[in-house]
Amino acid sequence: MKLLKKEALPKLFEKINSADKVIYAPVENHGQLVYRRVSAYDEVKKDYIQTVQSAKYVVFPKIEKLLDYQNSKDGTSLSEAVIDELPEIVLFGVRPCDAAGFDVLKAVFTWDFNDKFYIERAKKLTIIGLSCSKCDNECFCTSVGLNPGSTKGSDILLTKNNEGDYLAEIVTDKGQAMVSLCTDLFSDHKDDNKENYLTKVPVKFEKDAAIEKSTKSFENEQIWFDQAMRCLGCGACTYVCPTCSCFDIQDEGTSAKGIRYRCWDSCGLSQFTIHTSGHNPREEQSQRWRQRILHKYSYQPERLQVLGCVGCGRCSRSCPVDMNIAEHVETIAEIEL
Amino acid sequence: MDNLIKKAKELLENNLVQVVIGYEKGNTQKSRPVFIFKAENADKLIYDESCHYNLASYITRQEMRHTGKMAVVANIHALKAMLVLANEHQFIEGNVIALAVDGSSDVTELKTFSEIEEYIASHPVELKEKEKVLLEKIKALSKEERWEFWQNELARCFKCYACRAACPMCYCHQCTVDCNKPQWITVAPHQLGNYEWQMMRAMHLAGRCVDCGACAEACPLDIPINMLTYYLSESIESNFGFKTGTSATKLYVLSDYKLEDKENFIR
Repeated sequence: MKLLKKEALPKLFEKINSADKVIYAPVENHGQLVYRRVSAYDEVKKDYIQTVQSAKYVVFPKIEKLLDYQNSKDGTSLSEAVIDELPEIVLFGVRPCDAAGFDVLKAVFTWDFNDKFYIERAKKLTIIGLSCSKCDNECFCTSVGLNPGSTKGSDILLTKNNEGDYLAEIVTDKGQAMVSLCTDLFSDHKDDNKENYLTKVPVKFEKDAAIEKSTKSFENEQIWFDQAMRCLGCGACTYVCPTCSCFDIQDEGTSAKGIRYRCWDSCGLSQFTIHTSGHNPREEQSQRWRQRILHKYSYQPERLQVLGCVGCGRCSRSCPVDMNIAEHVETIAEIEL
Repeated sequence: MDNLIKKAKELLENNLVQVVIGYEKGNTQKSRPVFIFKAENADKLIYDESCHYNLASYITRQEMRHTGKMAVVANIHALKAMLVLANEHQFIEGNVIALAVDGSSDVTELKTFSEIEEYIASHPVELKEKEKVLLEKIKALSKEERWEFWQNELARCFKCYACRAACPMCYCHQCTVDCNKPQWITVAPHQLGNYEWQMMRAMHLAGRCVDCGACAEACPLDIPINMLTYYLSESIESNFGFKTGTSATKLYVLSDYKLEDKENFIR
């Protein structure tokens, strides 16, 4: 474990900033906390619980061009989008739940197909996580196998101690490379129990019970109906989620030329699964809600060996009608089978 | 609250309605929508100043179609929305009972369209102070400044359609934005795509919006999109003398005309 003195943090920022890297950090924008590109340390919000949107868009933008097409009398020509000139990005001060979310994205985008758009972006991403000394009622990382000081997904994890200095855990080679930009800022530190500086997030449900019970509740229509009655069927929860990765592919342009792009899509929307025939296998909102829960708590653990939820609570904070994922999963975990 | 619970129980016990749509205590939020199917669950119902979500948006839901008769706990905005829905033949008179609540402990049961009309006429409602201030601020901007304002705001939109989902007037089975044969509006959440979506949304609500603000409240990114429809409401009222959500029978401006209208295109 290393120590980064409080006065060294802005210096670390400056060092990264001047090293030809682009920094994304939590800032206030239109009255909301969001991760945005920043160029000055003063802009960075230090004392915050959670941003409204996750940081996933740095590797999975809400819209991304895949290719250009051109039609002429000689035929059709396609040119794939150039993605090797992307800048190196450093996510500065991201929460451990968000950092862990990148592992879920990785599992999806490198599963049966290597998605080069994700891979190229992720290759150039370094994550400096910041442990949580505060939480709110929506936080439930401890229910999904994480904690406020979890290093999962981070390249470096900083934990603020009582003196205001930062304990620094160098987790990966990328983290080490970051440290080597300014080794003088990091000093060796005696063994310290970082738990002392972390907030306590109450456990709301047993993770294994949630996985088992949700998997076995596919056909329990009543529970999904009861939970989804008030769900409006929008995509707010999925778009603020750090792990939701579904996208749509569309063309835009004329018959002569245009682009093919992908953009975020949501299982909450009624058109998400509609077939060309007009048949929709998920006709009712309860089926769409079931999909969202089971995708995260059943299908992804089974197929990708990752739990698709990091307990950040964003979906609950953003829902217009107070759908609360932790509360709902808790109900499922307590079902008597 | 007691009156509301008593009324809900009475309706359910006597089988006058199959469901009461109201508010219960929330988790993240102070209150949230709840569906009461059995009288014994009616004790969950609450009503206080936190209960502003427009419950009329549930009346047209696909899931509610086979539920039978319903009672809806309705603030003034929900009542206005009900009149627009009635006007557009979205439910049959008598199938939806409004339980009008105005912040006092009274609950007024409104069964007919004319009862709702009378209640609305005797309970005038204005925009919230914060909304008025923002609307005036936007109106005072020059054309160029307004353009910049909306560019800034709408660039953030990621098209989650929470605004549409929360709007009691957005009940189309297939929204224009979801049509792909042909595709009228691009799916892309880029700036032009966001303009197209919000302009289309606003135009479809011109003369139909009841100024409840549910769209802006639902927006996870806090984009003040209700300002677009509020401005349209104002324009319609000043140009046509039409106040939306006051009549179950009077056609809204974009679906009505008069022979003496000065425009030529309808002749």
